[in-house]
Amino acid sequence: MRSSSTSSRLLAATALVAALGLTLAACGGGSDKSGGKSTDGKTAGANSLSGQTITYWASNQGTSLDADKATLTTELNKFTASTGIKVKLEVIGWADLLNRILAAATSGQGPDVLNIGNTWSASLQATGALMPWDDAAFGTIGGKDRFAAAAIASAGAAGQDPAAVPLYSMAYGLYYNKKMFADAGIANPPTTWAELVADGKKLTTGGHYGLAVEGANGAENIHHIFVLAKQRGASWFDDKGAPTFTGPQQVAAVKQYVDFIASDKIAAKGNAEYVQNQTITDFATGKAAMMMWQSAAPAIASHGMKPGDYGVVPVPTQTAGATGDAGVTSMVAGINMAIFKDTKHKDAAEAFVKFMTSTDEQKTLNGKYGSIPPVTEAQSDPAFQTPDLKVLASVLSKSAAPLPQVANESQFENLVGPAVKSLFADAAAGKPVTDDSVKAALTKAQQQMPAS
Amino acid sequence: MTATAPPRRAPEAGPSSGKSAAGRRLRPRIVERLRQGGLPYLLLLPAVLAELLIHIVPMFFGILISFKNLTLFYIHHWNSAPWAGFDNYKAAVKIHQPIGEALLHSFWVTLSYTLLSVALSWLLGSAAAILLQDKFRGRGLIRTLFLVPYALPAYAALITWTFMFQQDTGLVNHVLHDQLHLTSSKSFWLIGDNSFWAMVIVSVWKSWPFAFLALMAGLQNIPRELYEAAAMDGAGVWQQIRKITMPSLRPVNQVIVLVLFLWTFNDFNTPFVMFGQNPPHQADLISIHIYQSSFINWNFGSGSAMSVLLLLFLLVVTAIYLLVTSRGRSENDV
Amino acid sequence: MSRFTEQPSPMAQPKSFLWTRRVVLTLLLTFVLVPVYVMLSSSLKSLQDVQGSFKWIPHSLTFKPYVDIWKTIPLAHYFVNSVIVCVSATVFSVALAIFAAYGVSRYRFMGRKVFTVTVLSTQMFPGILFLLPLYLIFVNIGNSTGITLNGSRLGLIITYLTFSLPFSIWMLAGYFDSIPRDLDEAAKVDGCGPLGALFRVVVPAAVPGIVAVSVYAFMTAWGEVLFASVMTNESTRTLAVGLREYATQNDVYWNQVMAASIVVSLPVVAGFLLLQRYLVAGLTAGAVK
Repeated sequence: MRSSSTSSRLLAATALVAALGLTLAACGGGSDKSGGKSTDGKTAGANSLSGQTITYWASNQGTSLDADKATLTTELNKFTASTGIKVKLEVIGWADLLNRILAAATSGQGPDVLNIGNTWSASLQATGALMPWDDAAFGTIGGKDRFAAAAIASAGAAGQDPAAVPLYSMAYGLYYNKKMFADAGIANPPTTWAELVADGKKLTTGGHYGLAVEGANGAENIHHIFVLAKQRGASWFDDKGAPTFTGPQQVAAVKQYVDFIASDKIAAKGNAEYVQNQTITDFATGKAAMMMWQSAAPAIASHGMKPGDYGVVPVPTQTAGATGDAGVTSMVAGINMAIFKDTKHKDAAEAFVKFMTSTDEQKTLNGKYGSIPPVTEAQSDPAFQTPDLKVLASVLSKSAAPLPQVANESQFENLVGPAVKSLFADAAAGKPVTDDSVKAALTKAQQQMPAS
Repeated sequence: MTATAPPRRAPEAGPSSGKSAAGRRLRPRIVERLRQGGLPYLLLLPAVLAELLIHIVPMFFGILISFKNLTLFYIHHWNSAPWAGFDNYKAAVKIHQPIGEALLHSFWVTLSYTLLSVALSWLLGSAAAILLQDKFRGRGLIRTLFLVPYALPAYAALITWTFMFQQDTGLVNHVLHDQLHLTSSKSFWLIGDNSFWAMVIVSVWKSWPFAFLALMAGLQNIPRELYEAAAMDGAGVWQQIRKITMPSLRPVNQVIVLVLFLWTFNDFNTPFVMFGQNPPHQADLISIHIYQSSFINWNFGSGSAMSVLLLLFLLVVTAIYLLVTSRGRSENDV
Repeated sequence: MSRFTEQPSPMAQPKSFLWTRRVVLTLLLTFVLVPVYVMLSSSLKSLQDVQGSFKWIPHSLTFKPYVDIWKTIPLAHYFVNSVIVCVSATVFSVALAIFAAYGVSRYRFMGRKVFTVTVLSTQMFPGILFLLPLYLIFVNIGNSTGITLNGSRLGLIITYLTFSLPFSIWMLAGYFDSIPRDLDEAAKVDGCGPLGALFRVVVPAAVPGIVAVSVYAFMTAWGEVLFASVMTNESTRTLAVGLREYATQNDVYWNQVMAASIVVSLPVVAGFLLLQRYLVAGLTAGAVK
């Protein structure tokens, strides 16, 4: 009895050896064979798509992965009913999404369709793992013109075919607590930074603060300093894609942002360690009177604050009524939808993207998630005519600019985001934050950027 | 120790191995010799295969990648990534250049973190083990409670500590600032200088029960006669601990220190759960530093080169440690 | 199996020793138990309370988090995944370790030293070095044999079993060394083959060591985050990764995190504490000779 269990183990072991041998062979062969020539192509017509199954990786947009799954499943069923294509859905949390995409890109084994944060577009585009959306591809989903220009500009590097299609759009606005403003005798929300700081100081009393910022969240930091630099006419990369972190405008932008804690003291020191959206909690619970956030309505509501209790206006500018770069008040935030280049179901995948970007679905999904449809036709829907969404939609169309669409964008976020976080930590610990210390931090970040 | 193993005793064919008995009839000599010499290899085979698949082959693969310029431009066709020669290594060891400087900083942080954590874990572990050596009321309960941190899933423990370290609403500042008035304002634990100490505290909390457990086991092996003899000579409890307990625990200590050192040096969970993928500069452990290079900056060549350097360092440290303490089972008894 | 030999001190303890003991043990207990208390008390608070300033005594208690945890994320599903993966990894790891340790302990053969040194040195591999290569290998195995390792429980099981294998082999070899060879010889005289001797004599005598190694293997797998985050998908996700989902886009449900942690820890802690006697005994003769 015992020896037979041993021999079966040996058998299993032998199978493993065989597997290992095959692996080595496969390693030599490389992953190129996964080019994914879709032989079940167009000639056969739409009917041949029926019965195919595609895999879809969705990002977390709602209150939980399960809630997202329920929301999306309802919509996917409609898709399956009309096309016969089945969709295997997986909702992936933000903590894991990029790693999963990276692993998929490397191995060639991934989903057919996936959501990506739009700031990743150029980086993922550079890997060559995503299908380029040329005019023909856009033709299958009704053309490029259906989408807002700013959203398309956030879907890949300039001068190349976009790597993805906009799915949900968001923009930053300044959220303010109406009651706290009234109590402090402030009639109108600020339109310039000087006003914001002055108002903030009035509002900062007795454990309440004028502003809340998500100081330890690298991505949030990046979004804000991008806008603050843009308002000074500066960008974080030059035309060739080389980093320009250390210019005087960039330093001033970072300093202005960190100064909300360091010298203006209108944000609580504790904000320096906020990384889990405590900003929203502080705002919704009346601990802070203002915050700059993107499409926050559902999150604010989940904390029990009523829509009538707060207002949304564009983020301030340096001077009142600024236009052009100086008038930029938000990055173009949002989620894009991409097709994995190695897909074996290209046509089914395109049919699915067409469905998700159809005007009706855009209304439904963006309505559920509190975002703005990048499909312009869908924006007229009453669901997006609420006061806050109207403001954000106007920001998106008039005063939002895409983050630098360069291949090294993710390194930018990864190096400069934490640098700002460190500066916040200094400020919170009472260490001085000066032009020099900001410049030193940015210089160090720039030196670590890969040459390309 | 086991210096006297019976070398290759011809194993009798037992009734339990019918198959090979049949084989022996066909080719008695070869099978017999194969069984004699081959059995140990057969015994090791499954373990060797598993190690090959998960550790060894991927490691050589990783070393290969470390000589490639595997950045985001190539990951989709990693085979065609250009060879980088020693460029990744050069960048990693140039300590006056940003990448090397950052790596060196991370190395020092990791080394300090590891040494502190191991020393404190060992200290607490031995104190507890020695103090619990004698029987007294409540001893069993205390021993059980001490093992709880080791039994808790790492994630649950880490997230709880993170919760306690929050600046505004956490327990640590509530006690230090609100209740004991030790600090003039609430300190930060998850960012800035203190983040290093927060990480050390959590690490000690997680790993000292292991030292405790192993040392308790070690204490069982000390013959009671030694204590009795010492007591006859008039040695008090403190002297007994110093003269008998501590020296007798030396072999145990050597193992614990090495094992804890290796675990802590490669620790990924603690900083990752406490701080996310961008830990504060002061808490930039090497495992997460490499993770950033590889998975966030998408430069797997550079990340692999750093890993290989880390591996070499650990190999050298372990080898020296084993030579100095002359404990390595294989050296003693082959 | 009472391996805890009680050692009443041969001599009356002086006051200084008793006081040191009281103070040190009290401090240690506080250090150990405060986080456990925080976990427990926070799990019984409403979300609003846990987000507010910490209070030692909650002003109101609610069991709602314990109800909600099952709805916010598929906790039961993740729990089952974790149990399947960790138990299987433990069983295979220990089985492999027993064979290998027996070989190392009872035979002298060429390559023995190479084997022990190599296996032990894999203990110091930084996980990050082989995460991506392993992923690629799994995908390639999948492509060429049809055995899905990437994203499957099987892949994670194989991975985890090797994490604990080196240390397990080392400990068990030490434990086996401490079992007198005469016992094997006697079994062989009784007509057992070497494997018969292993299973009829050595393994039964090594139960404490095997239990200790099993617990170690289980705990190693149970808390692993890095590989699980890349190598699992929705249907195979383990607890260590899944628990992070209580931090959603809108909120971190601290009270539910704590409640879920307690729920999933209870069986493990209970099992661990039940086995602690074996642990001490196992380590006694294993690593710690």
